[in-house]
Amino acid sequence: MSTVTAQPVQRARERLPEAWRVEVFRRPDLDDPDGVRALREFAELGARSITSARLGRGFLLSPKLERTSVEALVQELFADPVLDVARVTAPGQAPTIDRAVRHRVLVMRKPGVMDSVAQTIERTIARSTLAKSSDGAPIRALTYQAWELVGEVDPRELERVAKRVFANEVIEDLWIDREDVHFTLPDDHAVRPSVTVVLRDASDDELVRLSRQGCLSLTLLEMQEVRAHYRGLEREPSDCELETIAQTWSEHCKHKTFAGKIDFDGEHIENLFKDTIQRATRELAKPWCISVFKDNAGIVAFERAGETQWDVCFKVETHNHPSAIDPYGGAGTGIGGVIRDVLGVGLGAKPIANTDCFFVGPLDLEDARLPKGCMHPRRILRGVIAGVRDYGNRMGIPTVNGGVWVDPRYVGNPLVYAGTVGLLPRWAAEKSVAPGDVILCVGGRTGRDGIHGATFSSIELDEDSSVVSSSAVQIGDPITEKRVRDGLLRARDLRLYRGITDCGAGGLSSAVGEMSAECGARVHLERVPLKYPGLSPAEIWISEAQERMVLAVPPEHLDAIRAIFAAEDVDATPIGEFTDTKKLELFYGAQRVAELDLHFLHEGTPRPLRIARSTKRVESDPGAPPCANPGAALLALLASPNIASKEWIVRQYDHEVQGTSAIKALVGEREDGPGNGAVLQPLADSRAGVAIGCGANPRYGVLDPWAMASAAIDEALRNVVAVGGDPERTAILDNFSWGNCANPEQLGSLVLAARACYATSVAFGTPFISGKDSLNNEFRVGDEVISIPPTLLVSALAHVHDVAQCVTMDAKSAGNRVAQVGMTHGELGGSHYLAHVGQDGGRVPRPDLALAPKQLVALHRAIRAGLVRSVHDLSEGGLAVAAAEMAFAGRLGLELALSKVPTAELAPTYDANATRLFSESCTRFLVEVEERHVAAFEAAMKERDFAWLGSVTNTGRLIVRGVKGQTVVDLPVEELARAHRGGFAG
Amino acid sequence: MSTVATRTVHALVLRTAGTNCDRETCLALERAGSRPDLKHVQELLDRPALLDAHSIFVVPGGFSYGDDLGAGRVLGFQIRSRLRETLERFVARGGLVLGVCNGFQVLVDTGLLEGPGVMRRERGLALDVNESGHFECRWVTLKAEASACAWLEPGELLPVPVAHGEGRFRVRDARVLERLKQNHQIALRYVRSDGSRAEYPDCPNGSVEEIAGICDPSGRVLGLMPHPERNLTPWNHPRWTRLGPRSEGEGLRFYRRMVETASALAK
Repeated sequence: MSTVTAQPVQRARERLPEAWRVEVFRRPDLDDPDGVRALREFAELGARSITSARLGRGFLLSPKLERTSVEALVQELFADPVLDVARVTAPGQAPTIDRAVRHRVLVMRKPGVMDSVAQTIERTIARSTLAKSSDGAPIRALTYQAWELVGEVDPRELERVAKRVFANEVIEDLWIDREDVHFTLPDDHAVRPSVTVVLRDASDDELVRLSRQGCLSLTLLEMQEVRAHYRGLEREPSDCELETIAQTWSEHCKHKTFAGKIDFDGEHIENLFKDTIQRATRELAKPWCISVFKDNAGIVAFERAGETQWDVCFKVETHNHPSAIDPYGGAGTGIGGVIRDVLGVGLGAKPIANTDCFFVGPLDLEDARLPKGCMHPRRILRGVIAGVRDYGNRMGIPTVNGGVWVDPRYVGNPLVYAGTVGLLPRWAAEKSVAPGDVILCVGGRTGRDGIHGATFSSIELDEDSSVVSSSAVQIGDPITEKRVRDGLLRARDLRLYRGITDCGAGGLSSAVGEMSAECGARVHLERVPLKYPGLSPAEIWISEAQERMVLAVPPEHLDAIRAIFAAEDVDATPIGEFTDTKKLELFYGAQRVAELDLHFLHEGTPRPLRIARSTKRVESDPGAPPCANPGAALLALLASPNIASKEWIVRQYDHEVQGTSAIKALVGEREDGPGNGAVLQPLADSRAGVAIGCGANPRYGVLDPWAMASAAIDEALRNVVAVGGDPERTAILDNFSWGNCANPEQLGSLVLAARACYATSVAFGTPFISGKDSLNNEFRVGDEVISIPPTLLVSALAHVHDVAQCVTMDAKSAGNRVAQVGMTHGELGGSHYLAHVGQDGGRVPRPDLALAPKQLVALHRAIRAGLVRSVHDLSEGGLAVAAAEMAFAGRLGLELALSKVPTAELAPTYDANATRLFSESCTRFLVEVEERHVAAFEAAMKERDFAWLGSVTNTGRLIVRGVKGQTVVDLPVEELARAHRGGFAG
Repeated sequence: MSTVATRTVHALVLRTAGTNCDRETCLALERAGSRPDLKHVQELLDRPALLDAHSIFVVPGGFSYGDDLGAGRVLGFQIRSRLRETLERFVARGGLVLGVCNGFQVLVDTGLLEGPGVMRRERGLALDVNESGHFECRWVTLKAEASACAWLEPGELLPVPVAHGEGRFRVRDARVLERLKQNHQIALRYVRSDGSRAEYPDCPNGSVEEIAGICDPSGRVLGLMPHPERNLTPWNHPRWTRLGPRSEGEGLRFYRRMVETASALAK
């Protein structure tokens, strides 16, 4: 029999915090969902001896508070009178712990990391009469988590699992069975002054060392350019100047590779970006493109409603490296950042939708095979989803579209894409800056968080990244951003400012540097509101503290705009003015800490020639091996991670807020059918809508980057057309995530993909309006480098003329006819079927650029004419998966004949049934048509590839007959639905 | 011909940092025939008399102050410490109060749903973390119960979305539930779409007796987790492509009845 003893909480020589401690637990008779989740994760890690875990929300409060004040705070603010119990511990005392608790783990954010709950407490107390400290000083608060565990566990084992389940040591500290948590601010020492850097006489070796040690991420060539510049000026640079140059010239901000000179197999490319992506848009010259490639996001015309012409804008960003080391914070600030991009488009757009796409390693990876320094893909995926959820939901922006892709090569370098769609009036599409305008810094305060994010994102990750780059990670505070949004849109409509941009990578240095590019600026860094004292001028200037915007305000509007932000409880501080000096001048008090020539800053980047090589992959084409049991293969594909239901993710996002949702991510009789794309109706007084979709396929990318890029565009367009979007009013976005492009083969595949983008965009008449590239996505473990597969995410934004004409993918009524639109080719390279049968290589699908655009237009016209009851696009898993999804989403049967499938001539290695079922050829759809519209639909699709395959039935079974009439698939739709939701679910 | 002088119903919609359903709430009130007036809580704290000109008071959904100390806690604290008497007088003179989602959490926190004068430590109601342990957004069906609520039509079914992490309705003990029943305060329950008793996910959060919304004993204060204001158009419904033609979303009826009732009570 074991005996329970009281926990001796205070250890010898432990220094207990000089602060009141409050820990709020759920009433002991209530379950604790956080504890249940922790136990499940313990079990996953093999720590099964812990039998109970309960979470206490911990608060540290100024020691000068009276006990009665602390008790009032507990009762009024910290604890729920029905659900919670609280434990109050006086300063310097040890808490009294229940005897059954064997271990306590305390988790607290590192000093200086955003603690928004503490801010809320401080604000609330300051504005109430609840609590007073004996010395009248403002009351300070910090929060922590107190985990109480029951069950015996070895201390080392406890440390191992606690570090994985409870904390991320990049941003948090742990105390295991210790109580000496700190109650301190980050080193409040005196301000470090600005310093000059000895550069003019530095050797090349010293330049390289300087760049690396300073985390500047500048190449030798660039450092030499800087050295030459300062030799010309006959002085040394200040640290602020060098940091500004590093931020501005970073790959993240400047896209040096994509816009650089390239030698591609001997052919000279002056500027790949201008020669492909931008060129397509320029040649297409669509009148509905209002602002492209020059602002934070691309703007296209939307709809006139009442007196106002409305436009929509769209931006998608990557936040890969921060998410690799802190998935929750990285994804949250990723979505926070792209929302600010949209708030800073033109004079500001209202965010109306978010999108998110994640590329992660295998979710069932054995722990033993996890490379050193990596987080498990499961933990990364859970973290990024929670990060997007908590930020997007709190901002009140519906998250409506996205995807998850799994591949072993994302283990060390996951990809996180976040997008935001915005709505703005036409008059707000353009911005400007005039000399004399006040530089107004709006939003969150500046701390030491996120120093060197822009330069960090431009380097490769390795097993030590999480140690050295913790300062590059930030934690977001969505409610501060919501306050900024609320004030900003009010100030915009009163036309109180002339220009705006967000503080993203590079912080103030990028924002002010960019806005002042044509005129000049003078900034007084000591005026920037800080979270805590002690920041050096350079730190203030490059900090990437979140939730900040920079505005150019005509002096006569300054009082009015500050009053608006004050009403929203938002800091709005003048930090300088725009000038006409063509110089960026920084001051800290009386000291001039930087004087940079803006022309050199923006145009001085050297443009070296980079070498790119196309690789000829000689692979045998495995064709389409025959399938002994197509039904079993179909069930396996439905459960594979890229195809399986994402419902467990979708349900965690508020996709209904703002009340504009017209077609949702999940549709059908039980709302479990994977919709093609989302449609919103953003204006209350117009039935026009926007359709949002995306396409990506990294499996194709390794085999054939050209086809991959072209197919990704085709997929994004299929998604929006299938819900009712107009292909002739569709804009697209490119987001390239590539490996290390210093490698000529990697760069060669980037050239091919970019060229495919040009050709495909022009063929479809769908211009690019915005994009971003993230290069150097690789992970180094020892001598081995794991490079991600070339990954292009294409996002599409299509105009919907009338949301009432939209369609969904679920089968609607028995008796309706079902057609395949589009031609099936022997294209199984990178397909799910080949992966299922363990084959590699093959011909990657690519759209027929002569026919595909016509196909989309014809289908769109049929949809708008009301001829179509449901449409589902054929993508991963081909016809088989599309038919299964259409059937179970409608909880109706389908009966299809493969002999009818429009099929190109096949080589002998292509099995007739397997090809028709599983080929992933582009520009194909399954379409359901009522009998009364059959003739009209046939007329609409005249000269297009299409054929009737069968019909919707009320049998509740998917029945597919092979080319010779034999039954090849016969499965109940409930079994299909079960397989589809049978994958990883959080 | 005699004309009936119709008095415009004014609705005060409260917002603060983190409120995010104000757009659709104002739209619903406007389409239901009232004049919504969006006010920051600070304006109301400074001038509680603002409420005198209104006959409806709505606390919309969102994450007030980030729900940093608990769902609705800080806004609830502001209201209970500085506006409780103002609101009790407002209800006593026939004003209607609605809290949706975070607004419901706020109303529960204020104690207003338990009737005048209930002290915080006597409170019996709570909205707890969903049984699933996380935020959930999905469409559900509500059934209006025979309750004291001044404007719900008993027996009516209403399809609406929920979107919350803390919507599990709980009571301190069985006596509290009994009191709610005696006072006819159970206004709305989650049911299956055919009206029968719901289990997860039709009841999305594990609420006791599938309670989705309750009113105060007077029937003039109503709080509910789901969002009727997100079902205003014929195209909000998740299965509208499977349904026959509808002229409007079912949520609009909910707001129209509330406005009509406010108008009648004000006469």
